[in-house]
Amino acid sequence: MDDGMSGTDGVGGALGEVGEGGALIELDRVEKVFSVRRRTGFLRRESRQVRAVDSISFTVARGEMVGYIGPNGAGKSTTIKMLTGILTPSGGRLRVAGIDPSRERARLARRIGVVFGQRTTLWWDLPLIDSYRLIHRMYRIPDGRYRENLDRCVELLELGELLDVPVRQLSLGQRMRGDIAAALLHDPEVLYLDEPTIGLDVISKARVREFLRELNAERGTTVLLTTHDLQDIEQLCSRVMVIDHGRLVYDGALAGLHEVGESERTLVVDLEREVPPVEVVGARVVKVEGPRQWLAFPAAESAAPLVARIAASYPLVDLSVREPDIEAVIAKMLWSTETPEPAVGEEPETGIPGPSSERAGA
Amino acid sequence: MAEPGRFAEGVRAYRLIAGMWIRSTMAYRASFVMTTFGNFAATALDFVAILLMFSRVDALGGWSLPEVAFLYGLSGMAFGLADLAIGSMDRLGSRVRDGTLDTLLVRPVPVLAQVAADRFGLRRLGRVVQGALVLGYALASLDIDWTPARVLLMPWMVVSGCGIFCAVFVAGAAFQFVAQDASEVQNAFTYGGTTLLQYPPTVFAQDLVRGVTFVLPLAFVNWLPASYVLGRPLPLELPGWVAFAGPAVAVACCALAGAAWRTGLRAYRSTGS
Repeated sequence: MDDGMSGTDGVGGALGEVGEGGALIELDRVEKVFSVRRRTGFLRRESRQVRAVDSISFTVARGEMVGYIGPNGAGKSTTIKMLTGILTPSGGRLRVAGIDPSRERARLARRIGVVFGQRTTLWWDLPLIDSYRLIHRMYRIPDGRYRENLDRCVELLELGELLDVPVRQLSLGQRMRGDIAAALLHDPEVLYLDEPTIGLDVISKARVREFLRELNAERGTTVLLTTHDLQDIEQLCSRVMVIDHGRLVYDGALAGLHEVGESERTLVVDLEREVPPVEVVGARVVKVEGPRQWLAFPAAESAAPLVARIAASYPLVDLSVREPDIEAVIAKMLWSTETPEPAVGEEPETGIPGPSSERAGA
Repeated sequence: MAEPGRFAEGVRAYRLIAGMWIRSTMAYRASFVMTTFGNFAATALDFVAILLMFSRVDALGGWSLPEVAFLYGLSGMAFGLADLAIGSMDRLGSRVRDGTLDTLLVRPVPVLAQVAADRFGLRRLGRVVQGALVLGYALASLDIDWTPARVLLMPWMVVSGCGIFCAVFVAGAAFQFVAQDASEVQNAFTYGGTTLLQYPPTVFAQDLVRGVTFVLPLAFVNWLPASYVLGRPLPLELPGWVAFAGPAVAVACCALAGAAWRTGLRAYRSTGS
């Protein structure tokens, strides 16, 4: 019960159920084909095959924190549903902690935690603590372990004053924190988060991210999250997987994603007065608004020499550097994978990659 | 894997979840009292309709008022208990539609138990109580020749009747995996079925009675065993021992419903919609 070990080491490692190389999640050419029926006449129906997930392979090692992103309908949720055993794959091999999710859904359930961002699993009319007591008994969590985990979550997620409050009275951010705690009471080895920060305010988002970072660092819990908020990825994940049209189009570090997307950073300079567009080596002006000018330069290069060059020949008053919006980067990357081999240097006009530019439907 | 263990696990989960719903209901005590009373009153109106009929006639299909009350009470109790236990299963379709079924699928307890306990409502006791009262009235007014077999048949038919209705609920829910807006179809068989059984079989066409005996065996809830207890010939000239077949029929129905449930769940897990 109280073995003093971190939960993850105690369970999976000792049983030797981990695949080769410490991989906790293994997908080998996994696919999911839905047949979609459409009514075409009074009684006639047309059946069409849709590949929601098309031969995806990857492994996630124990203790990794991975972002799983892509446009709506790309196959993210379908993948998560297969990983949690909700959906049965149409083909390929899938293992989580050595378990085939679709065959042993209930056994797997004890070892994974799932948070569906938009669907709470808490009991609406009851105090928050009641939902936790139900989980305590439903998962048969040993008393000592339950108390220890609950205390930790309550402290780190600042739930102390909320435990006796009916869930219906909690704010969205409080409820999300409550849901995350609920998914962790049974010491899962993997935590799946589906849009964990959706609809939260800045402070709640920060608190959730901080907690996840700590969970991953201290307990070694493997975390797989889908999100539309790319700051989640930037701040949490060392690895990103991008899925589009059911295929894995990128798998690697976030920095690499910038390179693949050939992204640019933006240098915003405020000059003393209005001048014609700045002419400087290594950057191009993309926008002028009175004395303020926007210059795009490759994300991989340092801004310092560029600033020095501009300051040398223009009346520079103030400046700021904008990091590329990753959503725009992904859009660009998806665009480049769909069109064969875009010539290097021939930049498509995508406007300024800034917070204002948003990809439709992403 | 371990089947008996799974069943016990399901019952345990059912109790845990039903307990949560009872506590949720008690968060609104006044509402609970009112809906329980409303449930009682609404079902009592059914019987008032029968009383009104008997103010005009002395017998319905050859059955007297206490005899019809006997059928009514038995049907009401058997259905009421099933409705109390798993009556909310007709919400499965909406759970499939809004995606909340997925949250049940990631828990380590049987999905059927979770869906059966969903929205467990003690207010449904209203129907059971009302059925029991009418049955009490019938037993007090009837002069039944109580043999041991007839005494045995009383709890025997309530329990197996409840089992048969439970099977209908589960099968109906399983169908909603495929057709998510089919809860009205289910209601036709459950609420419709119990209303049918409140009237003597002799007022219905023979074909309907055959269907309710051999196809969807609701006749085993009360028509057949009640006829035996009242010393009447069984409908369709069936032999007397058929009156005792209720439990076997209930078990068979539950097995079929269980198979339908598993098929439905498998279909859901392969289509996810």
